[in-house]
Amino acid sequence: MATTKLTRSNGAGWAFALPGFGLMVIFIILPFLFAFGLSFTNQRLISPNPTEFVGTANYRQLLGFGTITLDPLRDDAGVVQRAADGSPEYPRLREYTRNNPDYPQFDGMREWFSFGRGESRTYVLARDVVFMKAVVNTVVFVLVVAPVQGLLALGLALLINQRLRGINVFRTIYFMPVVVSIVVVSLLWRFIYDGQDGLLNNMLDAISFGLIPPVDWLGNPSTALGSIIAMSIWQAVGFHMIIWLSGLQTISPTLYEAASIEGASKWQTFRYVTWPGLRNTAVLVLIVITMQAFALFAQIDVMTRGGPLDSTQTIVFQAVERGYGKQDISGGSAISVILFCIVLSISLIQRYLTREKS
Amino acid sequence: MKTMHLLTGTALAALLGGSAMAQTELTMWYHGAGNQVEADILNGIISDFNASQSDWSVTIESFPQIAYNDSVVAAALSGNLPDILDVDGPVMPNWAWAGYMQPLPLDESVIADLLPGTKGYWDGQLYSVGFWDAAVALVSRQSILDDLGLRTPTLAEPWTLEEFMGAMEAAKVSGAYDFAINLGMGDKGEWYPYAFSPFLQSFGGDIIDRETYASAEGVLNGDAAMAFGNWWQSMFTNGYAPGTSQDLGDVQTGFAEGKYAFSWTGNWMALATLAAFDDAVFLPAPDFGNGSTIGAASWQFGVSAASEHPDGAAAFIAFALQDEYLAAFSNGIGLIPASPSAALVSDYYAPGAPMEVFFELSAQQGFVRPVTPGYVVAAKVFEKAMADIANGADVTDALDAAVDEINTDIARNSGYGH
Repeated sequence: MATTKLTRSNGAGWAFALPGFGLMVIFIILPFLFAFGLSFTNQRLISPNPTEFVGTANYRQLLGFGTITLDPLRDDAGVVQRAADGSPEYPRLREYTRNNPDYPQFDGMREWFSFGRGESRTYVLARDVVFMKAVVNTVVFVLVVAPVQGLLALGLALLINQRLRGINVFRTIYFMPVVVSIVVVSLLWRFIYDGQDGLLNNMLDAISFGLIPPVDWLGNPSTALGSIIAMSIWQAVGFHMIIWLSGLQTISPTLYEAASIEGASKWQTFRYVTWPGLRNTAVLVLIVITMQAFALFAQIDVMTRGGPLDSTQTIVFQAVERGYGKQDISGGSAISVILFCIVLSISLIQRYLTREKS
Repeated sequence: MKTMHLLTGTALAALLGGSAMAQTELTMWYHGAGNQVEADILNGIISDFNASQSDWSVTIESFPQIAYNDSVVAAALSGNLPDILDVDGPVMPNWAWAGYMQPLPLDESVIADLLPGTKGYWDGQLYSVGFWDAAVALVSRQSILDDLGLRTPTLAEPWTLEEFMGAMEAAKVSGAYDFAINLGMGDKGEWYPYAFSPFLQSFGGDIIDRETYASAEGVLNGDAAMAFGNWWQSMFTNGYAPGTSQDLGDVQTGFAEGKYAFSWTGNWMALATLAAFDDAVFLPAPDFGNGSTIGAASWQFGVSAASEHPDGAAAFIAFALQDEYLAAFSNGIGLIPASPSAALVSDYYAPGAPMEVFFELSAQQGFVRPVTPGYVVAAKVFEKAMADIANGADVTDALDAAVDEINTDIARNSGYGH
């Protein structure tokens, strides 16, 4: 049906679509095709050297990994050497990953993470540890932000979907962070999170009467990503609140009247009237948040630049850092293509899980 | 764009009167948009130059510093480079190698007296010249040195590692400061390699092997570099310096507010420091065993490869190298004048003037960053290694990783033309 409708004497429709469609082709589809092509070359941002086709070398460099299991160091008597805290000591990995002709497959790799099994210890090595950490951080970011931001936005939308005096003031306040540039918001939150005399530390100090010591939120690897997650949720929640609100307002009031005549409780009304009516909105919000979360960049660039100790590296930050900072366009392109594949497959899965079951 | 330049150029020339008809148009790009003082000085030089001869007419277009390098790269890719461009000293080899710039046909006698850091050589040829240089010093106050009972280091006899660490400990134990020293860790970017690689050199290491420029192995992860890395980490584990999460405001004003006993900052901060403290002192870099060095080379001027008039561009640069203009830049923005004769007539660097010491620091300790097109990447890698070590990463692994990344990059670029 759809294809015949699209192709049959629909010149005016195509003409109307052309400006938007043309811009998308020029600024989204063509660059992506370029990135796809360049990711198989050694293209540099600045270089007099000719561009060469290198096959999948960029992808192998990014995704290559291996494992090695090491036995603890033993002294001459065969007793396991132990560090001061009693844990067994293992040979340094650099003896295997740097210029060791017996292990050419590990050359240039670094430890990603390791786990012990009995006395021996298995190390998972990656050719590009920073990229691996970026992928993990981005996935964590998406897994937390998508549900929390979506539900928080729904809660706010339910709160402001009432006929109260001055409700527009609340709508404006909740929406305000969305209008402010993300770079400005990130700069402000850097002050809030300041490790010495930031607003957050001062507040915690005040409400706990000095019991909570100041935390270096962005300077500590264990709190940096969480801090950025919290700030990102706050910043964009208003946008999704508006989408939820528009969904709420399309639900016919007669359904609510019918529900109240039937004697439905508040929860029953929400469960059987509001939620089914928000179905399409929910799918939209979920997909939009997921895509936006995967594109996490500005907050990282302004607040932490990937640190401390790679705890806030993300996929897009790495793509930009390599493509422009390190002038490696082909490496940046390969990261972009990998991100595209990740987002596409997740979107397809979401589409499948939330499909209309008829 | 080209016609736009021509139009504004002719309009400007017409405004200035004179014999604009015979003058050949030269376009120039500058990174300092938004700084009125800088713009006024540069515009003054340009109008003086245009009026002084009848062959060339220079017109200027300024960009914000943050967008400048991107603009040049974009212009080079689309073939729209101006005749004269300014370039950050350590980036110049990258642009020269990429074919964005051509050698600067300037007579050696014109630049003979200039500070070494202001002359940009690549592949044995002069590509760029700076009208000023910058220097970094260990800033403190005489009263702080006296209170802590510390010897005042001199150029001839800078602090040793023991003396330096003794000073850190004394400042920490005194309890009068948030931290002993402000290293400027909040200022991520080129500050890291510019300000901290001299420490590495003072230990006997370097970012890259300057003999071959083919590898960093053994230089950035050799014994000297490991000693440097451990020392660097100890600055943070001992609580002497704030780490990478340092507030950017504290980087700028923390010392003037009394939060730090020492500050490792550049001469561009010296005016504010002098305004805050009468007894401010600018001390030379400590000697960690292999001499003391500080980073040299600031923004410099050169000719783009697209220019058909390198002689005209050289004429302008030679004209601008007059003492009165070098002194004007120095007086206006506090930069170090490029020549001793200009320093003599400048407000801050003349004998007995408050910032005189920086001229000697620059002349005696100034050492350019590695002169290679690959510096742009190596600097980023070094920056990350410094940040990671400061944040507690294993020193050996961090430096090994940096070496690997630099070497991979060199190999991918077929040796960067060395």
